[in-house]
Amino acid sequence: MILGAGVRRFVLRLAPLLAALPLSGCDLAVLDPKGPVGEGNATILVDSVAIMLVIVVPTIIATLGVAWWFRSSNQRAFYLPDWEYSGQLELIVWAIPLLTIMLLGGVTWIGAFDLDPARPLESKEEPLNVQVVSLDWKWLFIYPDQHVASVNRLVIPAGTPIHFSLTSGSVMTAFFVPRLGSMIYTMNRMRTQLNLLADHPGIFHGLATQISGDGFADMHFEVEAKSTEDFYAWLGQVRAGGPELTPESYIALSKQSVVPAPFTFRSVTDGLFDKILDQTLPPGPGPVAETDPGPIVATAPRLCVGRRN
Amino acid sequence: MFGKLTWDAIPFDQPIPLAAGALVIVVIVGVVAFVTIKGWVPYLWREWITSVDHKHIGIMYVTLAAVMLLRGFIDAIMMRSQQAIAFRSQGYLPPEHYNQIFSAHGTIMIFFVAMPFVIGLMNFVVPLQLGVRDVAFPTLNSVSFWLTATGALLINLSLVVGEFSRTGWLPFPPLSELTYSPGVGVDYYLWGVQISGVGTVMTGVNFVTTILKIHAPGMTYMRMPVFCWTAFASMLVIVAAFPVLTATLAMLTLDRYLGFHFFTNEAGGNVMMFMNLIWIWGHPEVYILVLPAFGVFSEVVSTFSRKPLFGYRSMVWATMAICVISYMVWLHHFFTMGAGPNVNAVFGIASMIIAVPTGVKIFNWMFTMYGGRVVYATPMLWSLGFMVTFVIGGLTGVLVAVVPADFMLHNSLFQVAHFHNVIIGGVLFGMFAGYTFWFPKAFGFRLHEGWGKAAFWCWFIGFYLAFMPLYVVGLMGMTRRMQHYDVPEWRPWLLVAAVGAAVILAGILCQVAQLVVSIRHREELRDLTGDPWMGRALEWSTSSPPPAFNFAVLPYVEGRDDYWRRARLAERGAGPAVEPVYKAIEMPRNSATGFVCAFFATFGGFGMIWHIWWLVGVSLLGAFVTFVVFAWRDRTEYEIPADEVARIDRANRRARGEAFTPAGVLS
Repeated sequence: MILGAGVRRFVLRLAPLLAALPLSGCDLAVLDPKGPVGEGNATILVDSVAIMLVIVVPTIIATLGVAWWFRSSNQRAFYLPDWEYSGQLELIVWAIPLLTIMLLGGVTWIGAFDLDPARPLESKEEPLNVQVVSLDWKWLFIYPDQHVASVNRLVIPAGTPIHFSLTSGSVMTAFFVPRLGSMIYTMNRMRTQLNLLADHPGIFHGLATQISGDGFADMHFEVEAKSTEDFYAWLGQVRAGGPELTPESYIALSKQSVVPAPFTFRSVTDGLFDKILDQTLPPGPGPVAETDPGPIVATAPRLCVGRRN
Repeated sequence: MFGKLTWDAIPFDQPIPLAAGALVIVVIVGVVAFVTIKGWVPYLWREWITSVDHKHIGIMYVTLAAVMLLRGFIDAIMMRSQQAIAFRSQGYLPPEHYNQIFSAHGTIMIFFVAMPFVIGLMNFVVPLQLGVRDVAFPTLNSVSFWLTATGALLINLSLVVGEFSRTGWLPFPPLSELTYSPGVGVDYYLWGVQISGVGTVMTGVNFVTTILKIHAPGMTYMRMPVFCWTAFASMLVIVAAFPVLTATLAMLTLDRYLGFHFFTNEAGGNVMMFMNLIWIWGHPEVYILVLPAFGVFSEVVSTFSRKPLFGYRSMVWATMAICVISYMVWLHHFFTMGAGPNVNAVFGIASMIIAVPTGVKIFNWMFTMYGGRVVYATPMLWSLGFMVTFVIGGLTGVLVAVVPADFMLHNSLFQVAHFHNVIIGGVLFGMFAGYTFWFPKAFGFRLHEGWGKAAFWCWFIGFYLAFMPLYVVGLMGMTRRMQHYDVPEWRPWLLVAAVGAAVILAGILCQVAQLVVSIRHREELRDLTGDPWMGRALEWSTSSPPPAFNFAVLPYVEGRDDYWRRARLAERGAGPAVEPVYKAIEMPRNSATGFVCAFFATFGGFGMIWHIWWLVGVSLLGAFVTFVVFAWRDRTEYEIPADEVARIDRANRRARGEAFTPAGVLS
């Protein structure tokens, strides 16, 4: 990109090393990605820090140096009581940050397009579609082509691009797997898109990153990237047992609750995600108090006039 | 009769808020009783509560900010300790309580600490620096303050009566809608912020008018001290941005009270609209706070370097550039919403552009010190601490404007660390520098240097201990607002952060001690010259504390740093010994309008929160009657006779003449 590929690779390799000095033994998920999207993000992150450090470090040193040298007790320092303007210095003073920002602006512009979450990933493999629904307070992952679903556990084949369609069955929140890359919001009646890929099998931590109510802290999930064979074996296991995800069981699931352990659905009603999206399946009812019945508990499908992405 | 308000609203089952609330009530009752027994009520009423003097209002604003800082900091300590404990456990705060705490912490720190601190300093300093006797609309100023105090009162009331919002410091729908937040918490937020917001807009109008229209003779725009420029920029942003906040919160209020659908899930409501609107206010808000801090640093650095500010014009242009660009960046708060890459890239780059004028300022302060004689007084320490810290905060700020980096860091503790880095390291350090710098002007004695330096070092080290670990856990993928967590790698860092919070606590205790020690030793710390620091702007040309009319005769300004030039001339014995011709001065009369308005606003707001409609009606009527009474008042000013002016000024000139050894204590 802006820095040559070699430099970039060097910096990226250097970064964990640098980080490791003060942070020995700690595990910076964001800087140690396990897929191309996270890698792209991390590279830009590290590049940007490197570019900025080039001026930030000298600025800090110069500030402290000037402040110390010109301390009032230093007899050797000169005193310019009326010096308040210098055209050349002003030019430099404006030019340094401006040039830095132009460079970083370039990085940002290119990065924003390259790493647009909606942009499909380059791969020989066909992408796997996963539909994500954030609920109060759990994550529902629907595999529309495999007709199964999973709660709080996302199993994906390593090496295959995953195309996520995301929405919310209740309040707004955000989907994030730090090791794999970009986070994205989930919003009711709207569909966002995200493409991720895990290079190798592994288990990663995923979480909600936008406060969504009292169960927010429990709204995390496990991402398990398996080899393709293991993934199909897992699909077989899922199909063999467990409940069915129907509109009725979805409505039960959408009520506020924390799921103690992940579980799966052996089948999914076709088009369930679209029904959530167009509110044929209503958004979660929120807290339902005994004394104060929730005023907007939707029961019937309704016509929706809002915008949909 | 009492709407939704029942005995259930008092949290008898929750010991922490109940005990805290009881303690606060005991303290308030104690203070009121003490003041009454001592017979100070008439004095307080006359000199403070009904005062329209900008200096007194400024001091009351800063006092409010200091008290609220303590409240907000208690919340911070609770959050840090909860996260230190709550590894694979629930800690000691259940989510419904923890969520209220971080919401209250953010709301209080922004609206009732940073804002009143900034506005308070401005109130005190700007008219003095402009060389005038008061702001454009003195009574309006008093109303602004009291409405801000009302907001603070309502928010703190939620501790004992009912609950506070659990949705974060900005009430993002649909979580903040009635479906998902049926309690009164969000209503407390809405009315508290809304009422204080009205006060803030009026302050904005007041100060824009003052700075544009009311100057001492000869005080042209390009001769104004940079603090006035930054105050002006900040107030322009308030005038343009706060109405957006008011409108946005009004829409949410309509959703909650009258079943509208601006931001609901149902019936075409749109969450994205709220996000856009709230951040169109929210991003300029950070510049409202930080610009005046930049102004304080400009004053402090040039004063303690014994040099004029380097690149004055650059500073002014940089300030105004930030003022304008701050409106064009709001979308960087939600790159992860899934807008297209063009939108994200444009807003990312726009956000970075703000770093250019900000960087210019840092360099200019550095060149101000270059060739100077830097005196390490406490305000200067805060300024240096700021420069180092803010550069780091700026780096991480530009980093989260880089769109792909933000995809990894949004809503994480990295971001929490970033904005505390700029708000503590920028705004708060600036306010502390200003507080120490102008304290002698306000009260006539300096603050104790030793305790001040101790406070600085505790804050400085505590800040790094508390927030650098949050950068690290942010990079580890930890998100903000987690009541508990299961990831073992995060824990050591959160423990360090808790230690950092404890060190900051030590800093706050040092500040309390500093105040107590300074008051006890006020005679030794007395400032008789009116100019304890070898100051540069006009506020140092009058006595400390200044008389009600500020200047017996309005100064005639012949250039930038005019007072500095005259003071150096005076040192060489060329000073103007000629006594001016004193004339009678007309000053605005005290007015209870602000206090009475706030009284009705408090009950009106409380009535709205609890759906006690008759109380709302009575309060509205009361407020209207107050307005009518104020509008039909006969006499708006009183006259200070020329003899009285002469008597006060002669005494000041004598004291100044006898004691005038510039910066006698420091160099």
